[in-house]
Amino acid sequence: MSSSTTALAQRTVLFDFHVSKGARMVPFAGWEMPVQYSGIIEEHLAVRQNAGLFDVSHMGECRVNGSQSAAFLDSICTNSIANLNNGQARYTILCQPNGGCVDDIIVYRCSENEFFICLNASNAAKDIAWMQKHTPGFNCTVTDECADWAQLALQGPKAEAILQPLTATALAEIPSFNFREGTVAGTKTIISRTGYTGERGFELYIHPSQAVALAEKLLHAGTAHGLKLAGLGARDSLRLEAGYPLYGHEISETISPLQAGLGWAVKLKKESNFIGKPSLLAEKESNNRPRVIHFKLADKRIARADTEVVNNSGIVGKVLSGTHSPSLGYPIGSALVEQNALVGALAVRIRDKDYSLEIVRPPFLKTSLHP
Amino acid sequence: MNNIPSDIKYTKDHEWLKIEGDHVIVGITHHAQGSLGDITFVELPAIGNGYAAGETFGVVESVKAASDLYMPIAGEVIAINDSLERNPECVNESPYNEGWMIKVKPLNLHDVERLLTADQYKKLL
Repeated sequence: MSSSTTALAQRTVLFDFHVSKGARMVPFAGWEMPVQYSGIIEEHLAVRQNAGLFDVSHMGECRVNGSQSAAFLDSICTNSIANLNNGQARYTILCQPNGGCVDDIIVYRCSENEFFICLNASNAAKDIAWMQKHTPGFNCTVTDECADWAQLALQGPKAEAILQPLTATALAEIPSFNFREGTVAGTKTIISRTGYTGERGFELYIHPSQAVALAEKLLHAGTAHGLKLAGLGARDSLRLEAGYPLYGHEISETISPLQAGLGWAVKLKKESNFIGKPSLLAEKESNNRPRVIHFKLADKRIARADTEVVNNSGIVGKVLSGTHSPSLGYPIGSALVEQNALVGALAVRIRDKDYSLEIVRPPFLKTSLHP
Repeated sequence: MNNIPSDIKYTKDHEWLKIEGDHVIVGITHHAQGSLGDITFVELPAIGNGYAAGETFGVVESVKAASDLYMPIAGEVIAINDSLERNPECVNESPYNEGWMIKVKPLNLHDVERLLTADQYKKLL
C-alpha cells in the first residue's frame, strides 16, 4: 500500500497543476503522473457520462520528413500509410521481424511528405531509435519531438460541446481519426479526433509552455458540462472496457498483433514487405497460436495481471490486464489463452481458488464512440 | 489530512483496533483506505475462525490493488460486518465506523497494549 517514488522520474509541465488539484502522483513509464484526483470510479463515470480531461504529455512524438516518408513508414508499419489523406490519422503497429510488437502508434499525415507520430511513453526512445535504424535506403529523416509537445486528452460525449466555443475550427467536420491544425483558446493546437477511452473526444497537442493555461481554460469551460480531471487509473479502466490494448499487457515483444486481435490493423495484402510480414503470414496460417481474449467474472474478486487461466486439464493461459469495471460493477480483464483451450470452460485461479470466466467480445458496453 | 482518532490502537499494517467491553473491533485506517482508492470488495472470514497475531484474516480489493488484512492480535472472530458485501465503499466513506470489518474475542486482552498509539502510528505515515 506504500507508494514508491523513482528518483529519475520525469515530470510533465502540468505536475504542479496536478498537485494543486489534489492529484495522487505515481511513477508510470518513467514519469510521475496523476493516477487519480477525486477517485478512479468517479472520474471514469464522468468520462462515460460527460467528459474528462487527461494530461497525457508523457506520450512521445516524432516527425518523419522527406520524399520517401510514406514508403519508409509502409516498410515498418503493419497498417497502410501511403493511402492516408492529409489530415488523416491511423493506428498501426511497429513489428519486429518475429512478429512481436515494438509499439503501437498513431501516424498523422500532415502533408504529402510529412508525418507526425504519437508514441507510447515507455517506448518512445526505443521507437525513435528503431525508426532511425531503418531509414537508410529511404530519402527521409526521423526527428525526435518528445520535448516539443504537451498533450491533453478531452474525452467523453460532451467533449465537442466543451471544446467548440474555444476554437474556430469546425469540430463537427473532423471525422474520427482525422485532425486539423488550429488554435484553441488562442493556443496553436493539433486537434485530433482520437482517444483511448471508447468515447468521442479529442487529443490536443500543444507547446509545453501553453499546457497549464489551456488545461485551466478547458476545465473552466467544461465545469458546466460536468467535466472532471481524470487520471491514469480511469484511463486504464476506460480503455479496458473499450477493449483497447495497452503495450506491455495485450501487446508486447512476445504477443503479436494477430494474437492480440488487431488483425484489422495488419495489412498482410499491402504491397510493402514490411518488417514482420513473413512471420505474421506464417502465424496466420497456424491454427494453434495463443489468443488474447476479454472476459468478465461473476464473482467480485479481480483477476490481476499474471493470474493463471485454467481449464480442467491445467494452466492454459494468464491474465494480461484486470480491473473492476466502474460502468458495469463487476471485474473484467484480458488474458492470453492457448487457442485449443478456447472451446470449453475457463477459470482464473486467484489464491488457489478457481473463478469461472465468461469470454466477452469488447467493447464491454455501448459508448458514444461505439453506440 | 489524515484522520487518526486518539482513542483507538493501530498496527504498522494500517489496521485499527478498538476495545469494546471484552472484545475488540478491527478495521483499516483512513490512511489505508485512501492509499487503496475506491474499494470494490472486502473478503471477510467465517465467524468462529481463530487467528494468531499477524495472520491474514481477509482481503480488501480496490480498483488499483488487492491487499491482505492482518490480525492485530490473536483471537477468535465473533462477528463480521456483512453489509460490506453489498457496500464495500463504506470502508472509504467511514473507515472507523460503518466500515468496521470484524469483531474479535482476544486470546489475551493485554495483547492490545503492544499495539501502536495514535501518536506512534502518525509517525509511520
